[in-house]
Amino acid sequence: MSLAPRDQGRRPRPRTHDLDAVVVGAGGAGLYAALELKRDLGPEARIGVISKLYPSRSHTGAAQGGVCAALGNTEEDNWEWHWFDTVKGGDYLVDQDAAEVMCRDAVETVINLEHLGLPFNRTPEGLIDQRRFGGHTRNFGEGPVRRACFAADRTGHEILQTLFQQCIKHDVAFYDEYQVLDLAMPQGTGGPVSGVIALQLSTGEIHAFRAKAVLFATGGFGKIFKVTSNAHTLTGDGVAITYRRGLPLEDMEFYQFHPTGMYRLGFLLSEAMRGEGGFLVNGKGERFMERYAPTMKDLASRDVVSRSIYQEIAAGRGIDGKDFVHLDVRHLGAKVLNEKLPDMSGFIRTYFGLDPLTELVPIQPTAHYAMGGIPTDVDGRVLADETGAKVPGFYAAGECACVSVHGANRLGTNSLLDILVFGRRAGIAMADEVRRAAEPEPDPGAEASVSDAIDELLGRSDGERPAVIRQELQETMFAKCSVYRSAARLGEAWDEVDALRVRARQLVVQDKGRRYNTDLGEALELGFLLDCAEATVASAVARTESRGAHAREDHPDRDDVNWLKHTFAFRWSDGAPPRLAYRPATITRFQPKPRTY
Amino acid sequence: MDVQLRILRFDPDRDAAPHWEEYVVPAEPSDRVLDLLHQVKWYQDGTLTFRRSCAHGVCGSDAMLINGRNRLACEYLVKDAGQRITVEPVRGSPVVKDLLIDLDGFWEKYRSVMPYLVNDEVPADGKERRQSQEERDRFEDTSKCILCGACTTACPSFWANPDYVGPAAIVNAHRFIFDSRDHATEERLEIMADADGVWRCRTIFNCVEACPRGINITRAIMEVTRQIESRRP
Repeated sequence: MSLAPRDQGRRPRPRTHDLDAVVVGAGGAGLYAALELKRDLGPEARIGVISKLYPSRSHTGAAQGGVCAALGNTEEDNWEWHWFDTVKGGDYLVDQDAAEVMCRDAVETVINLEHLGLPFNRTPEGLIDQRRFGGHTRNFGEGPVRRACFAADRTGHEILQTLFQQCIKHDVAFYDEYQVLDLAMPQGTGGPVSGVIALQLSTGEIHAFRAKAVLFATGGFGKIFKVTSNAHTLTGDGVAITYRRGLPLEDMEFYQFHPTGMYRLGFLLSEAMRGEGGFLVNGKGERFMERYAPTMKDLASRDVVSRSIYQEIAAGRGIDGKDFVHLDVRHLGAKVLNEKLPDMSGFIRTYFGLDPLTELVPIQPTAHYAMGGIPTDVDGRVLADETGAKVPGFYAAGECACVSVHGANRLGTNSLLDILVFGRRAGIAMADEVRRAAEPEPDPGAEASVSDAIDELLGRSDGERPAVIRQELQETMFAKCSVYRSAARLGEAWDEVDALRVRARQLVVQDKGRRYNTDLGEALELGFLLDCAEATVASAVARTESRGAHAREDHPDRDDVNWLKHTFAFRWSDGAPPRLAYRPATITRFQPKPRTY
Repeated sequence: MDVQLRILRFDPDRDAAPHWEEYVVPAEPSDRVLDLLHQVKWYQDGTLTFRRSCAHGVCGSDAMLINGRNRLACEYLVKDAGQRITVEPVRGSPVVKDLLIDLDGFWEKYRSVMPYLVNDEVPADGKERRQSQEERDRFEDTSKCILCGACTTACPSFWANPDYVGPAAIVNAHRFIFDSRDHATEERLEIMADADGVWRCRTIFNCVEACPRGINITRAIMEVTRQIESRRP
């Protein structure tokens, strides 16, 4: 999409909305921010949430197993143990000051969710119940601890519902089914951000939203991969828009593959299935995780378990020698499966036609979560560069952001915690900025270039269909930039992504109408996916070490001397690799140690 | 194998009336109907329009009338749907385009039942409110609702009277009426006792059959009705 301003005399002005703050994305982070903005600024404040879906469709609702907080409701726990687990889980690339904030705030945040109405499962005493999850330990790694607070196996669903409900109660304004396509930045990359430009799906009209503070809470970009747990709509829109505006993307090489994706389908069977006692077996019937992680076994962190599965498959010990292994939950019994894991049991029955009580479940690692994204501080303020300069008026939170609390690998349950803690903090910080900020300035150049890009797509009659290019992209990324990587395969991935970018300049959209043109929407999303893939591959090529989810066969060891630092990727020019800069990881309490489970 | 897909198409900007179009798509028995719709949209006809997101039955975007029954397209597999599959928009709401309906009325009714916890008191110790697992289980079933609209748009009472608040909204009222922590039960029951509230239910059970989450909706409506009746002198 060209960002150059054009003559706009030919077309009607976009419809404008003057608001105090705009939140893009209606998942947990966005809704919590909107709620805090309303609570802080009062009922008169004009707070808008823009989503390309309806809020209840956001992917937060697909999160299953739980949200961690050291409540200590069922056994002794301590938020500092949680902090340590998060740092170790992230292979020491975590910014420890940020993780400290998250793990300390976790307790109050989860309690606040209960106060807002979330129906957690309960202990016999009526407290929030807790269960085990991968990588969460007592006393700095001694053994598993019950830290995950949960609502059956649909914790994310209940979080999403609860926050949506409270936003309705507080009269947040929702702009449903608007696809945001650009930021308003009238003075360029240094900011301020003064709004967003969006396509109203029902009419095809362009709308300009003006606001004193803008939050991107747009979620991840798992759709760059062929097998993923992510929804079709997770196309990295906010991440790519930020990148196009000349702002950096942090740690894009760190992408988590969740060990237990449903074979071929990709969506998740919760880690809670192992938290409740399930385990993995290979084609020889062996519980192979005992060999790779003697203490934590199947509850080692996700990068470790996913690599172990790949190694079993590479050694010919997949099921029937194929590219999957089995998850065994038969021994959990009907009561646990029906009461604590009902949705998981339902998925297995619906999509595989298998009964988890009597049959083994085929699983494979699936692209799940971006540790990287738009760099922010602990209050959601977006960083303009590796020195930590801020972009006025611009915030990011949730999976699209990188605080960085997950470092090189995220622990299970810490994503729900991240969206809650940092969504909430961003909302509070935005309220403060809204009180002080000047009236937002429009960005007619951006409005015009969005219109031009759409007109160009709709006007082209010959070219390639988005689905063809998207499928090739997904296959390339899954084959060459997934669990195990090498310079050779990443080089091929770069060339292939680059060639797809060139081809994507000639996309053809068959639907030429303005009404709910989802064909157009998918073409625009493909552009975002290509940008996310470009930054991911380029960042992965440069990092010549193995850390967390980034495992290089040609550089198998972690290199703390040279690589205890975050990657910042900046868009250079079309067709050229991004410019990479680096920012040291913040280490306050826990010195890097070898990482074993 | 090939599957024959009959889809009811309608774009008010181009078509005078809804009409059927047929597509033949390659499919595996384990494919979802949603996969077939994507096959059409991505490789045959980009104008086909429908909502979808998660593709595994948790976001509630893709409720449609498939082979005569409301279902989520991502939860219905070819092996169950057969080799001739008909897909239509759900009934009782204006069609915006193809399989995509206007949901404004649906959300308005959802909002009308005060679908949020009302209770500003928090324990003095700053901790969670106490609630027993039994109290929590009282609304477990209705808390599963994903607001897909399959129930309301399958309800003959709703078809006959579009002002009926409908099963989905009642389910969400139930979720709070039976939550031991909530303080707005009386107000919510008053809303439910309105002329277009629970009395419009004729216990036809279409909603129960349509619900992809397996919620016993008719039972929930009956429980709300009994609460209203128990308060009458």
